Order: sequence, then structure tokens, then C-alpha cells
Amino acid sequence: MAREPVPDADVCIVGAGPAGAIVAARLAEAGHEVVVLDAGPRFEVEDRTEQLDAHLRPGVDGLWGMGGERDAYTSSGPKGYPLNAARVKAVGGSTLHWQGMVMRLHERDFEMQSRHGVGADWPIDYADLRPHYAEAERELGVAGADDNPFAPPREKPHPLPAFPPSHSDAIFAEACESLGLPTHSVPNARNSEPYDGASACAGYGTCQPVCPSGAKYTAERHVARAEAAGAHVVDRAPVQRLDHSEERVNAAVYATPDGTEHRQEARAVVLACGGVENVRLLLLSASDDHPDGLANGSGAVGRYFMDHCFAGAGGRIDRPTRQNHVGFNTTESHALYDGDDPLPGVKLEFLNYAGPSPVVEALDADDWGDSLLADLRDSYGTHLGVGALVEQFPRDENRITLDHTTTDDHGNPVPDVRWSVGPETRAAIERVNEVQRAILTELDASVDWVVGPDATGPAFHHMGTTRMGTDPSESVVGPDCRAHDCDNLWIVGSSVFPTGGAMNPTLTIAALSCRLAARLDGWL
Amino acid sequence: MDLSRRDALAALAATGAVGVAGATLVGGDSDDAAVSDDTLAVLVAAGETVYPSEATGVDAFVETYVIGRVDDADHREGVRDAAAALDATARDWRDAPFTELDRDARDQLLRDLGVHTADPAPDGTLSNRIRFFVVNELLYAFYASPTGGRLVGIENPTGHPGGTESYQRARMEDPDG
Repeated sequence: MAREPVPDADVCIVGAGPAGAIVAARLAEAGHEVVVLDAGPRFEVEDRTEQLDAHLRPGVDGLWGMGGERDAYTSSGPKGYPLNAARVKAVGGSTLHWQGMVMRLHERDFEMQSRHGVGADWPIDYADLRPHYAEAERELGVAGADDNPFAPPREKPHPLPAFPPSHSDAIFAEACESLGLPTHSVPNARNSEPYDGASACAGYGTCQPVCPSGAKYTAERHVARAEAAGAHVVDRAPVQRLDHSEERVNAAVYATPDGTEHRQEARAVVLACGGVENVRLLLLSASDDHPDGLANGSGAVGRYFMDHCFAGAGGRIDRPTRQNHVGFNTTESHALYDGDDPLPGVKLEFLNYAGPSPVVEALDADDWGDSLLADLRDSYGTHLGVGALVEQFPRDENRITLDHTTTDDHGNPVPDVRWSVGPETRAAIERVNEVQRAILTELDASVDWVVGPDATGPAFHHMGTTRMGTDPSESVVGPDCRAHDCDNLWIVGSSVFPTGGAMNPTLTIAALSCRLAARLDGWL
Repeated sequence: MDLSRRDALAALAATGAVGVAGATLVGGDSDDAAVSDDTLAVLVAAGETVYPSEATGVDAFVETYVIGRVDDADHREGVRDAAAALDATARDWRDAPFTELDRDARDQLLRDLGVHTADPAPDGTLSNRIRFFVVNELLYAFYASPTGGRLVGIENPTGHPGGTESYQRARMEDPDG
């Protein structure tokens, strides 16, 4: 394929995940000359069932090429951070691998400093983003229902009906009702009916990491739309640095597999390569004019790294729970989200995949025949699990920097991730664990496992590292996502979130991309 | 519990294999055959060993599944070589072809080879390869299919595109209605 720069490009977008692909599709469809550069390869849709095979069968290498020298990183914080566990560098980005849960942030999430004196306020509020959330739900084909009493206001139904609750959801609903925890449906970016040229969910049960049916949204849909409208999407083209003058990016300098470096010039440059690589690219672009990294006059580039922390509990019950038929959840509860006990946001998730999957267990077993079947019957069928995402407040010591002692496959310093779980989040996880135990106890279920504050891990939602704000001394981009220090540089994605709530971030990422595309269209 | 070619086709659906009719891909014992009769016989005998004893119709199930997988040449070669190596080991250690050993003897041979504890690996030792290309190939076909899943209690096992109805039900639906 052609990997040479495109002359007279209007916009160069770095990253072909959902943040970049939505902007690319919309601007290309508006008639602009769009170039998208992605560090990773394309994966053929036709290979998805083989990838499912590879995922389920031990002994076959991973699906999306994560890790290795290209994705090298270090983790120097008090808590190790598994950066490559779910981050995909490829056309489609991490939506190739993601779970596909898409809910709006609540109104409080934009006003945590004003309301509670913690974190930061966004320079925009829910009302500003509300119409773009509706656009984003159409773009992603969200299946949802208007049954969440805690959700922020909305005008129109979701574009697709919600997936009905599972059998285990009904079991949980009994206990949650007794405990005063209303439950409701989960908005899913997967087709409950055919939508946008893709089939309805076929029930493979392997949503994360691969959906063979194509029912789960991936940003490949928007890449295809962008290319159909004339955009040039170049894969395996990692951007090495942004060449710039004092207040303007002149070109994205990218490498191609043959070792050549090219310069893609454009009137506008959009960074959309995630909460870690957006930072690295800005820091790699340091110059005499921007000695601490491009667009880093505030010193905030890389700081305030946030994720969502997992909390969970599970056990067994003396009745069938019918787990592992599908790989997504259908019921959750935002009942603990907006209050102050705990103050960090908490979203409860009722799992449809608690306990072992028989086929996976069989392939790992050290037995076969009748005794294997007996083991499988014993271990399958009565598990329950309730998880949660818990908010982290922004802390400036949680940050992404460059590790100059380690280099990637192009000789560039790798990102260092410094991550910790703050006391307020630890306390919130403990509070959630109490609720999760209470739910299981109400059901007379055993409590066989608990993920608490010491065992918690990230949900791989990289947020906060190029935060949005009105004050150039404290933030990296303005309310319009344009860099304070650079006239033709915009940043999209969850790196601009000043706070992250406890909602999976991709719908907000998509809403911000819809909003940015409209503004860039006007600017161009 | 009677396995059928239809069950094998359901298992193949998870692998993305198409054009499964495949009879022409069985070419006797010629080296050119996609899957030789000898390979199939070893795999059927292995299936009768690693599947639960209540499973019947293993021969049709295994033959249909294995033939349906022949579109992947590397995988086919791995299966053929592992099956041949297993048979050669039986002849060396037990003085009989693998297919002529009884179920217990086949089971013991696999255990003597360490296959039950071996990590499945397509490029590993003989035990690794037999685990990957023979035992796990067969277990995957079985337990990712609705029929194998039903024995455990799940009619839409992981890897099978069984739709979005079963997860809502309180119990397994009777396959015969």
C-alpha cells in the first residue's frame, strides 16, 4: 500500500482507534483531505474465527500483537501496571479487544471539585456533551434501555434495544431489591439486532478479546467509512515526533516498515493514540521552543494518570446460574454512584461469565474421559460474581514519563507508567466489597473470592494525562480539545478527561470526537 | 449420548471452517490425501479415549470435524504428524497399532507419554504436540459443541455461536423440543 505522505492534507490524525477514526470518518465525509497514521497493523475481519480458536486453545500466541519491543514500557510506581494486557496498537485500536460497555458519565463527574472539593471540574458540563452522547450512541450502535433511574437525562432512546437480562441477573435482582440497590440494563456497543451493516450478536461468548460475528463495535467501522470517503489510512506507521515551530505543528514524522522516515504535513494535527502514547509523542517532540515537551507549558502532560479500579466478589449458590453463554454483561447498578458513601464513583456489574468455562477448563485439565467430565460438571453451573469499577481521583504523582534507559524498536525512550491507588479509592473498594458480600450473603451464596484494595487492578482505561481546562498553566488542552500552546494541534480521547468517574470511557471518547469533528470542520 | 456429523458441523462453526462436506478430501493412504484414513483412525481411537464413555458415534463426529479443518495446511500437517507419531509410539512400546489397543491401554499410553500434564504446544516435544494436535483438538471439538456442552450443563458453550436466547433461560432447553 501507499505509505508516502499525502500532499495538501487538511488534517493528519495520529491513531486509528475510536477517538481518531470517528474524527477521520466525519471529516472525510465532510470533504476534507484526511490522513490517519497508526503504529500497528490491520487485522483482517475474515480471520476472526481463527483468532477465537487461538484465544480458546492454549498453545497459540496472542491475538492482537500486543507486547514486544514495539510496545516496551516500564512501570516504576508503587503498583505495577500491566500496560499491554488490553492496549492494542492496530487499526481499530483497543476496540478490537474491548468489552464494549458504553455508558454516559453522570452530571456529577463534570463537577467533582465544585460539588465535593476533590479532583477537578471539567471546563464543559454534561449539557454541553449531551447531544454528542446521542450522536456517539448512534455511531457505536449502542443497545440500551431507558430503565436506569440514576442515569443522566436523555432525549431519545438508544438506537438498538437492550439485551434482555440473563438468568443470573434475575437471581441478583432479588437480593439487590432486598438491599435497596435497584438494578438496570447495561448499554452495550454490540448489536442486539443487525445494525450499520453488521450482524446481531451470535453468542460466541468471547467478546473480550475477539468477536467473530462483527456484532461488537470496533473502530474498524469508522476506518472503513473514512476510507470510503477518501481518507488515507496508513498502518504500521508509528509517528516518531511532531516537527513544529513555536506555536504550530509542521509535520508528523513517521516511520514505515522498510525503515524510511516520512513527513506528513497538514493544516491540522489530531493526536488520538491513547492516554499513554499521546503523552510519549508530546514528550518525544521536545524542542528549544518547548523544552519540556510539546504543548507542555503547564507541566501537566503525563500527570494525573487515572484508571478505574476493579473490585469484586464471587462464590457459588445451590441453583443453576447459567454462566458463560455470552461474554458480556446485561445488568448493572449505578445506585452507589452519585452519593458520598463512598465519594469515588462506583458502578456495580453483575457478571454473566462467573466461574470457569467448561471448554477452557477441559483444554487446561490434566485428565480426560469420564473423570474430566465429572470434574467439569462439578465446577460448572453454580457460580455467581459481582464486580465493580471504582473511581480514582486525579493525583499528579500518577504519571506517564519517558524512561530514557529503555528504548523501543525505533530507538525511542519507552513510556514509564507510575501508578498507585489512593486512600480514597482503597476505602471505596473496601466499601464496595461490603456491598458485594452482602449481596452474596443475601442469596445464601458462598463467598469464595474477593478482590479488595490490595488485589485490585486496572480496567485499562487510560485517562487524564493531557487534561482539559481553561487555565493554560494547569491544563494541556482547552475546552475545544485544542492544545493551549499549539495553534493547530488537537488531542482527543480519554487523555483529556480531567476526572474519569467510574464509567467505561469509550462513549465519552466517542462523544468528544463527534464534538471535535464538528468544530474542526468549521475551523478547516 | 450419540454424537453425529451435525454435531461436528456445529463444532466447526466455531472454527470458521467452511466447505465441510469434504469427502473428497479423504484420499485413502496416499501422501497427497488431505487427511489419510490412517490419521483418521488414530484420531477416532484417541477420541474414544478422551471423550466420556457415554459418547457414541465418535467416528462420524471426529471424521467430519477433522476433515472440515483441512483448509489450514499447517494445522493439517501438525495433526497428521502427531497422529503418526502416536501410532509409532504404540507400535514401539506396545507392539501394536494405536487403533488396536483397547481404551484403557490407549489411555495408559497417553499418560505414559506424559500427555495429560504436557503443555499444548504445536512446536514442542512429542508430548506437547500430541496434547495440542490430538488431545486438545478433540476436546475442543467436543466441549465447544452444543452436544459436548450439554453433558456439562451448557448448550451454548464458549466458542459456539449459539445465539442470545440460552443465557436468559433458567435451564437447558430440551434439544428435541
